[in-house]
Amino acid sequence: MSKLVLRNVSRTFGNFTAVENFNLTLQEGELVSLLGPSGCGKTTTLRMIAGFMAPTSGTIEVDGEVISSPTSSLPPEKRKMSMIFQSYAIWPNMTVAENVGFGLQVRKVKPDEIRRRVNEILEKVQMGALRERYPAELSGGQQQRVALARAIVVKPAVLLLDEPLSNLDANLREEMRFEIRRLHDEFKITTVYVTHDQAEAMVTSDRIAVMNQGRVEQIDAPYALYGRPKTRFVAGFIGRTNFVEGKCDGETVDFGGFSVPRHALQTDASLPQDVLVSIRPQSIHLLKQNPGAGGGRCCAQGQVQRRAYLGEYWDYYVRLPGAAQILRATARAQDVFEVSEPVWIEIDTTQLTVIR
Amino acid sequence: MNEGAARRAAAVAPSVAPSAFGHWWRHLDKSAWVWLLAIAVLLFLVVNPLLRLLLVSFQQPDTGAFTLANYAAAYSRSRYVDALANSLILGVSAASLCLVFGLPLAWALSRTDMPGKGLVWVSILGTFIIPPYLGAVGWILLAGPNAGWLNRLVVELTGMEKGPFNIYSMTGLVLVTACYSFPYVFVFTKSALDLVSSEMEDAANILGSGNLRTTLSITLPLVLPAILAAFILVFLEAIALFGSPALLALPGRFHVVTTQLWQFFEYPPKVSVAAAYSMPLLCITIFLFWLQRRITHRKGYVSLTGKGGERRPIPLGGWKWPMLGYCLFVCTLSFFMPMVVICQAALAKAWGRGFSLDNLTLDNLYFTAFENNLTRNATLNTFLYAGSAAVIAVALALCVAYIVNRQLVGKHVGNLLSFLTMAPFVIPGIVLAIGFYAAYTQPPLVLYGSAWILILAFATRFLPIAYANCNAAIRSINPELEDAVRILGGTRFTAIRRVVAPLLKRSLAGAFILVFIPGTRELSAAIFLTSINTQVLSVLLFDKSDEGNFEMLASIGLILVVITVVLILIGFRLMGRDFMLRRTAA
Repeated sequence: MSKLVLRNVSRTFGNFTAVENFNLTLQEGELVSLLGPSGCGKTTTLRMIAGFMAPTSGTIEVDGEVISSPTSSLPPEKRKMSMIFQSYAIWPNMTVAENVGFGLQVRKVKPDEIRRRVNEILEKVQMGALRERYPAELSGGQQQRVALARAIVVKPAVLLLDEPLSNLDANLREEMRFEIRRLHDEFKITTVYVTHDQAEAMVTSDRIAVMNQGRVEQIDAPYALYGRPKTRFVAGFIGRTNFVEGKCDGETVDFGGFSVPRHALQTDASLPQDVLVSIRPQSIHLLKQNPGAGGGRCCAQGQVQRRAYLGEYWDYYVRLPGAAQILRATARAQDVFEVSEPVWIEIDTTQLTVIR
Repeated sequence: MNEGAARRAAAVAPSVAPSAFGHWWRHLDKSAWVWLLAIAVLLFLVVNPLLRLLLVSFQQPDTGAFTLANYAAAYSRSRYVDALANSLILGVSAASLCLVFGLPLAWALSRTDMPGKGLVWVSILGTFIIPPYLGAVGWILLAGPNAGWLNRLVVELTGMEKGPFNIYSMTGLVLVTACYSFPYVFVFTKSALDLVSSEMEDAANILGSGNLRTTLSITLPLVLPAILAAFILVFLEAIALFGSPALLALPGRFHVVTTQLWQFFEYPPKVSVAAAYSMPLLCITIFLFWLQRRITHRKGYVSLTGKGGERRPIPLGGWKWPMLGYCLFVCTLSFFMPMVVICQAALAKAWGRGFSLDNLTLDNLYFTAFENNLTRNATLNTFLYAGSAAVIAVALALCVAYIVNRQLVGKHVGNLLSFLTMAPFVIPGIVLAIGFYAAYTQPPLVLYGSAWILILAFATRFLPIAYANCNAAIRSINPELEDAVRILGGTRFTAIRRVVAPLLKRSLAGAFILVFIPGTRELSAAIFLTSINTQVLSVLLFDKSDEGNFEMLASIGLILVVITVVLILIGFRLMGRDFMLRRTAA
């Protein structure tokens, strides 16, 4: 059954609309990310779910009970949720064990039981040895683990995470992504995860809601989001891509420099006259010789305009004669082409995504 | 799941009306009542006295009918108007003299390599600690006609018949007032100078300007807004001061506004006339504080907003000894000389017999502190009232700072709360006291005669100090720390009790001390609100000044100073060396 439902939720601040007509349904045990650039309204949405803010229209329901509506909002302390904050919000005046045990104490759990559960969860996040430390004596990663333990130990109805990894350095961030997913797999807590980092969202989430300027652009599983973006914003925000404009002309679509048969482009509705497609850089292959068209591939000859070596791969910018636009392509480190060298590109037409 | 289903069932089961109430009750944030209470207390402490002051000034004392007679009475006699003029003369002259005292000291301590900075700093702190009226007592001992030490010294040295100094004069009053107000100029100017980067001066030097020219044409203009603000503050201090004028002007047979107000309260008290007469004082103060804010908030002096960059002291070369000499001269006037004669008087069998060992005794201090019921009770009262006032002020200020910073009320209500809490800052203590008198001496609420009127008046007077500190403290706490408590099931009060209060312990203790210190020495409000059973040390000291028992006066003063020093030492432990001479504290 659906655990958490946001129905047409909007929030305005004066004239500014922070969140507009947000609809989202989370199943029990699901982890959904809200992903978007800063100022897109994702944190506002999260704070409305937590009850720190009331929506200006729409409702939020947990287990079928309305907890937020424009007229009344259940205070956060009665929502049986927990949250991990961007600053971790570890209380500096309490030890690790006191921090983690706080929620249980408020819920009037017996002291023995609190001790047992705190020890158990601290072992789970590998912080057992540091239980008597004060937060000032912990590293950022350790504080993060305390925050996780503190939020999970109360077995919340919904767990909310607000950019939890943004204050960590790159290596630690990568490690903690997996840690969060591991804990989610173990405890199966319904979770809403706010982040601006697409890799973080893709590693941790069952589904991702991409937000832009207060609206939801697309809600999908990570694979579908990357492979089949529905809007230009999603295609550009999730990974890098080339946007290419084309003209529908009879049975072929001409992109200037190369063309594909009309039936090769998968689309829900009928194809309009002016087509915009997204081509991921890694679905453009570079070759020295003409590979020959056919078999769902299209080819064209061009010239390397600019290139950058990034260690793991090459970044090439290729100009096609007759095309308005320069295409970006990534190639394996051993595929070396010189600048101004003529080069053949090969595109797998199944990898073209029609945006409009 | 099961739990959720059960909860849903519970929500659906009862009939519609109770469930709607239950829904409303469950969704209600119960902490709202406390915020309403805080607003009510502010109305009681700040708004009501001021409204009553205004009202009473337009009322016939017996009938309560509207009249302008009070204003006519207040400004009809030339000596009443003269007192107003005297206050202006006092304010302008004392503030100017403060600049003469304060500016060179601030520059020397902030920007130069002058030796002996520590000594000068301690002396200025010492000056801050001496209550102005105690300084006045010291100066009476120094420059009283005939018997004053300085007069006796001059007679001794020159063989003149009569010493040249008379402290019971406008000149004397200006000098004493300036001595105990110049630390404000010092603090304001020094903190502004501390922000001027040496690179600004280097830029002028490299273009060929010498040190003196650079200081006058670059450094000084940069800190000019701070100096102007300090000038205004000191002017306002001077015209609102009661203690020193009462000790010096009354024997000198002239009046200033505050002493004139006090005369209106001589039996039978003419509250309505006093209220009318206090209006110019109130208006000037409000206007100048507004002006001061305009000056300090003006844009264009961007260099003062940054961190200041690298700073090197300016080498004074041969000039450093004359500079030190001047600094010590100012400190001698304000601190060393008055303190020496006060200690001498407190420890002497008879102060006039001079500095000899056989004149030394601890009897005065012992008698004042322990044996004399009057002074012993006054000491206890001083502690009790200042302490209670500090607790109330800090609690209320914390409440308001919390409400405003956490935006628990709308923006406009928040601004209003903040404004009301800061408002006593622009109300001279003497005017506030008249307001309290007007508001709480008649039914429905009679506080006059009880300790409460003093405690509440002190709390109100120093509420802005508490608020400035609480505000800074609350701002230093990340709201997410409280959000974390709430989302885990704790209420706002749990958050305040378990997280905010423990984290703010030190700053709150600091705020407590910063209110407690002026509370122990408050005179201008206390003098109007005290009664026989609620004497405090400051009032007692003033009352006893008529009797000419300077040994006792000095003893009371010394006890006050000792209390203050102990408190400041505690403050240093809690908040670091700077806490008294910081600008926010001033």
